[in-house]
Amino acid sequence: MSADADQRAVRCLVAKVGLDGHDRGAHVIARAFRDAGFEVIYSGLHRAPDEIVQAAVQEDVDVLGISILSGAHNTLVPKVIEGLKEYGAFEDTLILVGGIVPDDDKEELKAMGVAEVFGPGTPMADTIEFVRQNAPDRA
Amino acid sequence: MSRAEEVDLVERLLGGDHRALARTITKIENRSSGYRELVSALHEHTGDAEVVGVTGSPGAGKSTLVDKLAKSYRDRGETVGVIAVDPSSPYTGGSVLGDRIRMASNVGDMDVFFRSMSARGTLGGLSTATGDAVKALDAFGKDKIIIETVGAGQNEIDVVRTADTVVVLVQPGSGDDVQMLKAGILEIGDVFVVNKADMSGASKTVADLEEMIHLQGDPTTNLDLGHHGAGGGFEKPEVADSPDESEKNGERGDGEEGWTADVVETVATSGDGVDELIETLSEHRAYLERSGRLTEKARTRYAEEIRTLLREDTGELLEDEIDRRGGMESFVDAVVARETDPYTVADELVEPLRECLERDG
Repeated sequence: MSADADQRAVRCLVAKVGLDGHDRGAHVIARAFRDAGFEVIYSGLHRAPDEIVQAAVQEDVDVLGISILSGAHNTLVPKVIEGLKEYGAFEDTLILVGGIVPDDDKEELKAMGVAEVFGPGTPMADTIEFVRQNAPDRA
Repeated sequence: MSRAEEVDLVERLLGGDHRALARTITKIENRSSGYRELVSALHEHTGDAEVVGVTGSPGAGKSTLVDKLAKSYRDRGETVGVIAVDPSSPYTGGSVLGDRIRMASNVGDMDVFFRSMSARGTLGGLSTATGDAVKALDAFGKDKIIIETVGAGQNEIDVVRTADTVVVLVQPGSGDDVQMLKAGILEIGDVFVVNKADMSGASKTVADLEEMIHLQGDPTTNLDLGHHGAGGGFEKPEVADSPDESEKNGERGDGEEGWTADVVETVATSGDGVDELIETLSEHRAYLERSGRLTEKARTRYAEEIRTLLREDTGELLEDEIDRRGGMESFVDAVVARETDPYTVADELVEPLRECLERDG
């Protein structure tokens, strides 16, 4: 790679928030993003919203993917969004939610600032394509 | 990025804005336009942080130890920056940066600024951006900066270019005593840590390391040059004037002070031994300051940095020249056809540059 080549890589934080202890899906997504050429930071299990915010701010990620299976998205996602706003990181972070989310809640999350919600069975290629299309342009 | 944006970013970073620091490091990593001006502007604000490099094989416990180190520094009232480098895929360039998971002791504490970096294809270690990211953290005002390298193996010597003190982690049972004789990672340590010291075989590993260090310090050999003088091969080796110059962290024969690496045992998961390690790190720091080695190291580092930039810049100029003259393929065609050879091509391409410089000189 030559010195002046475009070395920009899409940076993603794949985050597990709250109490659910099942992260196979998060691992699969992390791996798929890696294979798509993204730089993936995986948060590990059982993170508090504050920790996710800290990681997203410090790592300056383009994309924050929150994986929730526990049904607690309505309490946890808003906290993360609030935190991002506090650090001025909300505007240029693409926020995605993956996991089990009822349709009604989807609309609410989107109104709050979540770009897309990916439910079970979403083809990996769709998610990757969505990130490619929508990752914020930070020249 | 416009000039005004750069000035704004630098001002916000110096003012303690975490987001600005994060964004600056991103620009450095991406080599976004204007990143050089950014780093230039930060330079005058650097030079105060103490930089420690941590290296060792994968699974030796680097991240966990770094986490505990950061925690201890914080407990002492110091602010910490951590840069953790992870490998990237040779196929896609993608990576999973997993070291953040281990930073459990410092969650919610923004005064530990932890940043994951992908090696982005740089073989065997730190991406060239790491040094500049260290400057950003330094200018931000971090007291301690810890660089954790890719756990790639025996050739992690890049780290000495950036760190004042190099810590090499060794885990018990990581090889026989011949491993200790090999060149590479074990030559560059200022401090050795046998982590997972609760595992069986730890005392054997400590003994092997101590024997290795003893050999290095043996005045009848010149092995210590690789350690003190050459610093992993980036500095000019000092020539030993007298055979009895190296003594255990004391006066050397020529009145100059030497440093003999220490071996510290830790159990990173429980935090055992971390205080001793911090003690040793500060002793090494004191030695660097007392002996003038710190200044020397910085000078060497700047010289190396200037050379790297020059190589990049001239390389870029020459790439343009290649394009102007019809592109690399046409040169390769000519070489394949035995019409010319690589040396002649290189000579021809460099010629205009040489002429300019000699004319101006």
